[in-house]
Amino acid sequence: MSAGTVAAPGRVEQPTAPRRGPSLVGGRGGIWFVLPFMAVYAAFVLWPLLYGLGMSFFDTSLVRAESRFVGLDNYVRLFADAEVWRTLGITVLFTIGSTIPLVVIALVMALLVQTGVRGQWLWRFVYFAPFLLPVATVVLIWQWLFSGDYGLLNAALTGIGLPEVGWLTDPAVGLWSVVLLTVWWTIGFNFLLYLAALQAIPAQLYEAAEIDGAGGWRRLFGITLPLLNRTTGLVVVLQVLASLKLFDQAYILFRANGGPGGSATPILQYIYDTGFTDYRLGYASAISYVFFVLIILIALVQARLSRRSEA
Amino acid sequence: MTTAPDTANPATAPVLPRARSRAAEPTDIRRYTPLARAGIITALAVLAVLWLAPLFWAVVTSLKQEADTTVVPLEVVPDRGFTLQAYASVLANGNLVTWFVNSTVVTVVITVLTVALSAAAAYGFSRTRFRGRNVLFALTIAGIMVPPQILIVPLYRQMLAMGLADTYAGIILPQLVLPAMVFILKKFFDGIPRELEEAARVDGAGQLRIFLQIVLPLSRSILAAVSIFVFIHAWNNFLWPFIITSDPGLMTLPVGLVQVQSAFGVRYAQVMASAILAGLPLIVVFMLFQRQIIRGVATTGLGGT
Repeated sequence: MSAGTVAAPGRVEQPTAPRRGPSLVGGRGGIWFVLPFMAVYAAFVLWPLLYGLGMSFFDTSLVRAESRFVGLDNYVRLFADAEVWRTLGITVLFTIGSTIPLVVIALVMALLVQTGVRGQWLWRFVYFAPFLLPVATVVLIWQWLFSGDYGLLNAALTGIGLPEVGWLTDPAVGLWSVVLLTVWWTIGFNFLLYLAALQAIPAQLYEAAEIDGAGGWRRLFGITLPLLNRTTGLVVVLQVLASLKLFDQAYILFRANGGPGGSATPILQYIYDTGFTDYRLGYASAISYVFFVLIILIALVQARLSRRSEA
Repeated sequence: MTTAPDTANPATAPVLPRARSRAAEPTDIRRYTPLARAGIITALAVLAVLWLAPLFWAVVTSLKQEADTTVVPLEVVPDRGFTLQAYASVLANGNLVTWFVNSTVVTVVITVLTVALSAAAAYGFSRTRFRGRNVLFALTIAGIMVPPQILIVPLYRQMLAMGLADTYAGIILPQLVLPAMVFILKKFFDGIPRELEEAARVDGAGQLRIFLQIVLPLSRSILAAVSIFVFIHAWNNFLWPFIITSDPGLMTLPVGLVQVQSAFGVRYAQVMASAILAGLPLIVVFMLFQRQIIRGVATTGLGGT
């Protein structure tokens, strides 16, 4: 973060290193600044986190008052539960299938806009606007586009002589419809991250290349793309962690039924159904924690990789 | 929207005012050959058409009479012309207005409280010393890793026990914690030179006054960025409000809209009109504050959220 807007106080600077760490005076009363946030954090994140962990060792249910301690039973059952692995597989497939276009197309969009073409405001608006729509708006619009009889997508396909597709009815297609909708809806975020990174590249680098007579492609592959490596790493990680948490759009698009033949049921929906439809809260908590551990592992791998790339 | 904090990252430029940084300008389109220029504009236009088509089709559908929405083959302009009937029906229905008010109340309260709590905590972590500070900060950073979705089962039971199901408080309270915002704000406060605060302290100003009168005014840009981010996040949040509200009178727009799915069934013009009305507010906000929102997304995204 830059504090470039802060005017330096008008006095002669002592030629000492900038002082870091505690100041001579003050720094008192800090606990009162932190306490309000910490109270809310403890009550609505840390406590539910512990409470859920506790629940996962009981056969807690929404419909019975008392629950028995069952130890690791829930976890044992979970690893033998085919539905856990199936929905996890769907989630991973969605993550791979959505991350690739969400990174590549976002990069292409940002590179195209950064060429300085006219109408910067318009391009940014068009690519980013869908990101601002609530998930329900996005899903209602796409349900209409995907519709079998009156859908724009099938009309376009038949218009160019291709067969119709069962966007919402074909088990082989259902998950890819969610991918399509998600790419359209969320690409704007990655596009803006790339655009910010491109704008941070010092103009002098390009000027130097120009003097050497490097053309557009040379500039792209010699300067721009190598400098974007870190950003790409960040965008990929953010996208993977976001895609793994697929729930809202798949749940609403297929009206809670998990898609044609259950082909688009992400693991979070299985957790939701276990907890809120079957009332098996203990078991739902256990699956939640396995999913949580998976997320942490991915983040740790990412941290390890990024440290290695810096070394 | 959470990852491990990425403290060493290159992107600090987006928070600089554009005018100050030469690098913040796009390259000059005139550098490209006419052929390259035509290619660039064609590619941009194709992508734009693909990205606009769904919105265009939704708007066209919402302006038709119900009978015209299912005419095959599809037509853009119906024979009987366009009408605002669908919008009139949807608004007369009343629910949409209620949900809009609920969304506004909930989102504004969440944004104000979240930014206030996060900024105070970030200042405490950045500028003061007390026992346990590092432990609490580490605990906060660890919270960035927690997917909110895994908390819904225990949170739901907790809220039932507190008697907060189907209340504003029940919708709002669990949404006030975004640890990533504390992290971003602390990083910004760390970069503010201490001399100003020390001068004020010598003059006898208390910690709270320094925070309110010196640090916050210097942090306007980052506070705007964080506020915008929290606002978008809260306005579009679906899962928690969906779980905690069953009374249609308390639903927020994203939750209420899912009821529209079944309520209007095959009245596509009305479904599209509802979807567009629900999406419109943030689009209008974006048109008004495009630059701040873009900077906000860049800042929060690259700040490690």
